Amino acid sequence: MKPAPFEYFCPDSLDEAVVLLAGRAAEAKLLAGGQSLVPLLNFRLLQPAALIDINRLSELAFLAEDRGGLRIGALTRHHALETSPAVAALFPVLSEAMAHVAHLAVRNRGTIGGSLAHADPAAELPMVATLLDAEIRTRSAAGPHTHDARDFFTGPLSTVLADDEIVTEVFLPALPPRTGSAFAEFSLRRGDFAIAAVAATVTVADGRITAARLAVAGADERPLRLDEVEASLAGQCFDADLVETAARLAGESVNPFTDLRASADYRRHLVAVLARRVLTEAHARIAVGAA
Amino acid sequence: MSKHRTIKATVNGIAYERSVEPRLLLSDFLRQTLGLTGTHVGCEHGVCGACTVLIDGDSARACLYFAVQADGRHIETVEGLGTIDDLSPLQQEFREHHALQCGFCTPGMLMTCVDLLKKYPLASDAEIRDGLSGNLCRCTGYEHIVRAVRAAAARRGRKDDG
Repeated sequence: MKPAPFEYFCPDSLDEAVVLLAGRAAEAKLLAGGQSLVPLLNFRLLQPAALIDINRLSELAFLAEDRGGLRIGALTRHHALETSPAVAALFPVLSEAMAHVAHLAVRNRGTIGGSLAHADPAAELPMVATLLDAEIRTRSAAGPHTHDARDFFTGPLSTVLADDEIVTEVFLPALPPRTGSAFAEFSLRRGDFAIAAVAATVTVADGRITAARLAVAGADERPLRLDEVEASLAGQCFDADLVETAARLAGESVNPFTDLRASADYRRHLVAVLARRVLTEAHARIAVGAA
Repeated sequence: MSKHRTIKATVNGIAYERSVEPRLLLSDFLRQTLGLTGTHVGCEHGVCGACTVLIDGDSARACLYFAVQADGRHIETVEGLGTIDDLSPLQQEFREHHALQCGFCTPGMLMTCVDLLKKYPLASDAEIRDGLSGNLCRCTGYEHIVRAVRAAAARRGRKDDG
């Protein structure tokens, strides 16, 4: 269980990293937290000719409030997100999700940019980015680029990123006023990958839902937004029957897989149960916050 | 073979300068290059937690980190906690509560707990169990480890008060 040999580069700046990657994009991998990449190297499932270690790019480790939203540098560690007062105040659903991300020793190293680029379909961060309509900002030799999180993930461990593109930051746009949010996950042990996870935001005005968002992880080949369920909630008055119908629709609208941990039917059931919980909880939290 | 690099790293307060191949894992660097065999190697893919050490004060899997990345960093291993004649308070709690049997997972458990005690209240057994969920023990059933951490958390509270 030792990695195959590779050439190692440790740039001090983003500009330098962009140039290094542009020169050997096809055979190089970026090393950020390494919590997903290094197991793949140890198993020799990946044998890149070069690793470009971006851990010294301190310019990519930041959290900055911006127009009521949040800019999160790609090298921000999971533990920093978990404990950030700004994240807790602006995007409590992200704080809630972070508590489910692996274990402390992994959260100390893992980064948001790495998690999004790795694109595990059961991971929390890609799903929360999808929920919150995040903008994923990148750099390559061709210049800066922005991807919508909803178009970013294309399949298991697959994204739209080009070989020479580096994720530099994630922008979470401000939530509308009178919005509540919630996250729920089912896994065998705390910190394991989700068998299913669901998160929601619910926005109300004048007693009606003006917008609802529902995102799911672990139930498909990539994190999903459930557009049909969201549409069924918009314009409606919130009540238990509405949530029950929406939750059932959520379970029916995913197309999960069967693996060693859970059957497709069980995952569909979990999505419905968790959807009911997060929609109810998200709505309850607005009532409290809007007093 | 890829080009060696010279790194300078501090391990348990001692400065080392060594030439390493980039693919050398920190776990193998500690055990084989420096002879610090207190850090145990279990799964080598970040699942079992046996190789957990502190890197600049934060717990991390030594099997998911390359020695070459440790250039300029401070590493702490179980050898830095205490000695057989002078156990650290946490090690003392592990001994008193019989929190180990074969001892294979113990170095990783201890280094994980050092960081947990620093960062979390550990006010309930549920929180302690969540904190330990990244470290596998195949002997104890965890019960005695939870007791040891509970005692260490309580002792920490008393120290803060006084």
